[in-house]
Amino acid sequence: MSYLKPQFSHPRLPKNKLGYTLKEYEGSLSTLCAGCGHDSISAAIVRACYELDIEPHLVAKISGIGCSSKTPTYFLGNSHGFNSVHGRMPSVATGANMANKDLVYFGVSGDGDSASIGMGQLVHVIRRNLNMVYVVMNNGCYGLTKGQDSATADLGSKNKSGAINPFQAIDLASLAIELGASFVGQSFSGDKQQLIPLLKAAIRHQGFAFLNVISPCVTFNNNPGSTKSYDYVREHIEATSAKDLVPMKNEISVDYEAGTSTPVAMHDDSEIQLNKLARDWDPEDRLSAVNALQKARMEEEILTGLLYVNSDWKDLHRTLNTAKTPLNQLKEEDLNPGTKVLDQINESFR
Amino acid sequence: MKPTDTRNPEYYHKVVDCQYACPAHTPVPEYIRLIAAEKYTEAYMVNWESNVFPGILGRTCDRPCEPACRRVRVEEEPVAICRLKRVAADQKGEVKQLMPQAPFPPNGKKIALIGGGPASLTVARDLAPLGYEVHLFDEQIAGGGMMRSQIPSFRLPETVLNEEVDYILDLGIHTQFLTYVKSLRDLVSKDYDAVFVGTGAPRGKDLPKLPGRKEGAAHIHIGIEWLASVAFEHTQSISQKVIVLGGGNTAMDCCRTARRLGGKDVKVVVRSPFGEMKASPWEKEDAAHEDVQILDNHVPVSFEVSDGVLTGMKFQKVRAVYDEKGKRQLIPTEEPEVFIEADTVLLAIGQQNSFPWIERDLGLEFDEWDMPVVDRTTFQSTLPTVFFGGDAAFGPENVITAVAHGHQAAVSIHLFCEGKDLQDRPSPYTNLVSQKMGIHEWSYDSQIAIDQRYIVPQAKKSLTLKDRKQEVELGFDIRTAYKETQRCLNCDAQTVFSEDRCIECDACMDVCPTSCITFTVNEDEEQLRQNLLVPAENTSQDILVSDILKTGRVMVKDEDVCLHCGLCAERCPTSAWDMQKYFYSVTKAYQIPPLPSISK
Repeated sequence: MSYLKPQFSHPRLPKNKLGYTLKEYEGSLSTLCAGCGHDSISAAIVRACYELDIEPHLVAKISGIGCSSKTPTYFLGNSHGFNSVHGRMPSVATGANMANKDLVYFGVSGDGDSASIGMGQLVHVIRRNLNMVYVVMNNGCYGLTKGQDSATADLGSKNKSGAINPFQAIDLASLAIELGASFVGQSFSGDKQQLIPLLKAAIRHQGFAFLNVISPCVTFNNNPGSTKSYDYVREHIEATSAKDLVPMKNEISVDYEAGTSTPVAMHDDSEIQLNKLARDWDPEDRLSAVNALQKARMEEEILTGLLYVNSDWKDLHRTLNTAKTPLNQLKEEDLNPGTKVLDQINESFR
Repeated sequence: MKPTDTRNPEYYHKVVDCQYACPAHTPVPEYIRLIAAEKYTEAYMVNWESNVFPGILGRTCDRPCEPACRRVRVEEEPVAICRLKRVAADQKGEVKQLMPQAPFPPNGKKIALIGGGPASLTVARDLAPLGYEVHLFDEQIAGGGMMRSQIPSFRLPETVLNEEVDYILDLGIHTQFLTYVKSLRDLVSKDYDAVFVGTGAPRGKDLPKLPGRKEGAAHIHIGIEWLASVAFEHTQSISQKVIVLGGGNTAMDCCRTARRLGGKDVKVVVRSPFGEMKASPWEKEDAAHEDVQILDNHVPVSFEVSDGVLTGMKFQKVRAVYDEKGKRQLIPTEEPEVFIEADTVLLAIGQQNSFPWIERDLGLEFDEWDMPVVDRTTFQSTLPTVFFGGDAAFGPENVITAVAHGHQAAVSIHLFCEGKDLQDRPSPYTNLVSQKMGIHEWSYDSQIAIDQRYIVPQAKKSLTLKDRKQEVELGFDIRTAYKETQRCLNCDAQTVFSEDRCIECDACMDVCPTSCITFTVNEDEEQLRQNLLVPAENTSQDILVSDILKTGRVMVKDEDVCLHCGLCAERCPTSAWDMQKYFYSVTKAYQIPPLPSISK
């Protein structure tokens, strides 16, 4: 088995505006099972960061425990990383974000890490609208412990040993919308065409961006009867729209038919161009997003794409009205301005 | 684009760049792996089967394989293929017992070979084991042809040459050395079933019209004739100031030999710019290392003779100008003519064929350039019993090309003697076998070494310039050879794709270190090449296109910079990718076991 990637790359590999190739965004060689959906998501994150010309040292990847939580080793090898306690990624991400708001935060989690042990943490990070990208690599099973059904396994789904799941699934996307996440998307590891622009939009979003990405477990949950297998997902996938992120409203890369394109403004002046939009659905209307998800569930479809976005809600820093300068950059004289200032403050209370 | 037909034996063959570029198609990665495994004898035999003269070629080959090496496209310097071949020859054990053992049961057919060079010897090797009675005629005292007369001993020791020539002559070849064939008519009228002409390009070009040529004749020599007279020890010394005209490898051999025979101030003067000289870059380097000055862009004007003694030569300086088609013209500069002092001039400005001994009324057709009309595939002349090969067939080439010709001519002669159609060529022997040893494990060393090319050590100049027979290159030692073998990318470990197994998880596309693999919508070739992760702009390299996959897309792999690291297959959950070793061998008249014999 190979543990090292060959150091040669394609001699004509394109470079982004920073002069970096994709190679500068990659990590170590994956040790996950061959064909794992998580590796595709890692590759999509690599490409999204490369395409957005993000400097790797301005990214922090934080994860919990599980197959999904191992992946930060396999992408963005030149970025910051923290492999935290099972289900406690949101706390660590919140702390890091509070200390330095200038980084791009990737929280990488799985269905066990988020929907079971870390559920308590997940719901609170959502309602606080922490500015981060929260990616759930959702394979509907506990791959690291040989494939038991997880809390996101669909009712009636058959696992590799033939057992039928008797429980209702937790629908993470619906949950996120319900709890007030300001950006919610759903995608499939096997569809990079959709996943990469979605990740790019999530990175640009100011606030909590939640991405539930279905990521087949090739070893334990890719069997007939599973609702998280490559074949099942491909057959039941239904995209809300085709989309492009248009940074700063000036580059439109693809021309779609007139009238089929809906721009959604982002906080930083870029916009998401949603094309071939599904009917009866407005990505800025929470009710229609929830309806669309419920309807898709009834029809046994997997709704993917951008489900909901709200650029007006304040993220945690704005809510708390924190200092403009990130905490970690505040000097002693900023934090302890001296007796004179203290006296002034005390005076103001008299 | 239509799915690639990988059942065509040439598809995977072309992926093995070195083997494809080699005129004899020697399975290079195969013997490099054997060298790495310290199986030098086996490595030698893989070579011997294919190119007949591993020890000789490992020192003197023109190496068409090396510029083709994939390593050039991903790094910079090719694997030292040629010098690794020499390692196999230097370190081999007992090989003779692995070769066909004479005597062979006669098949009643008799053939004549004219010329004892690499082409004729190859024909002899391929036909003798089939029972042919082979008669070889050569004017020299021993076999080897130009390898003996023109390649100096400091590049090719006589012992190495004799050893490999003898392997063939020991197959029961009837040799008639010191015999110059004066008439093809005489030979054809004898009871030979076929005649092979491998007489090379024995006539060195002259400059008969250049002023002073006649007057200075005593000190002006034709390069190859001079080299031959040195090789056969008729010439032992040379004057101190020598001009060598010409820019090919013969010129390099002349100047370096001159340095060893007493030449102190030796200059190579050539018409073309330095970069366009025909000599191999390493030969130019070696000449420069031995204090030979190379003057380019000088066109000879006259030999200067005073009182019947050569004093030097005059040259016109030129510069190269290229038209839009890239055709070169040498335009004289305004500068005055240059006089270069010399007391001997060696002419190494090219070689020609010469067939004064072939009667023109035999029914053997000659073309407008006075070259025999020879079929490019069968090597048969218009006189059905007469075949040509080596430099004699289509003009001066090199040893490895002569060997390749010899193999094909031998096949033709065999088919001819059996009364079969010569155009119906036997297919190459091919074999494609999975290298999978277990999950994520291959039977070849798939790790990619980043080492730079290793340098072959040379003997000290103070030593080599004193003794004409002291070999300059010392060859790799075993440790360095091993490190050099690890630079080989194993291009014969093919990435074989089965679309029916692919679940389109993208793992191969994500992991490929050189971004060769793309899953995309099918298009025509030109468009498809543009749509890849990194556009496939090197059109000399094929792209592997699968049939339509489940999602309606196709898998496209650009063969250009694939490292054959096997990661695509390692990361494939369904073994849709597999690494399979492709063995390709040009079918010979006699296939050395274990290869199956020729069948049609």
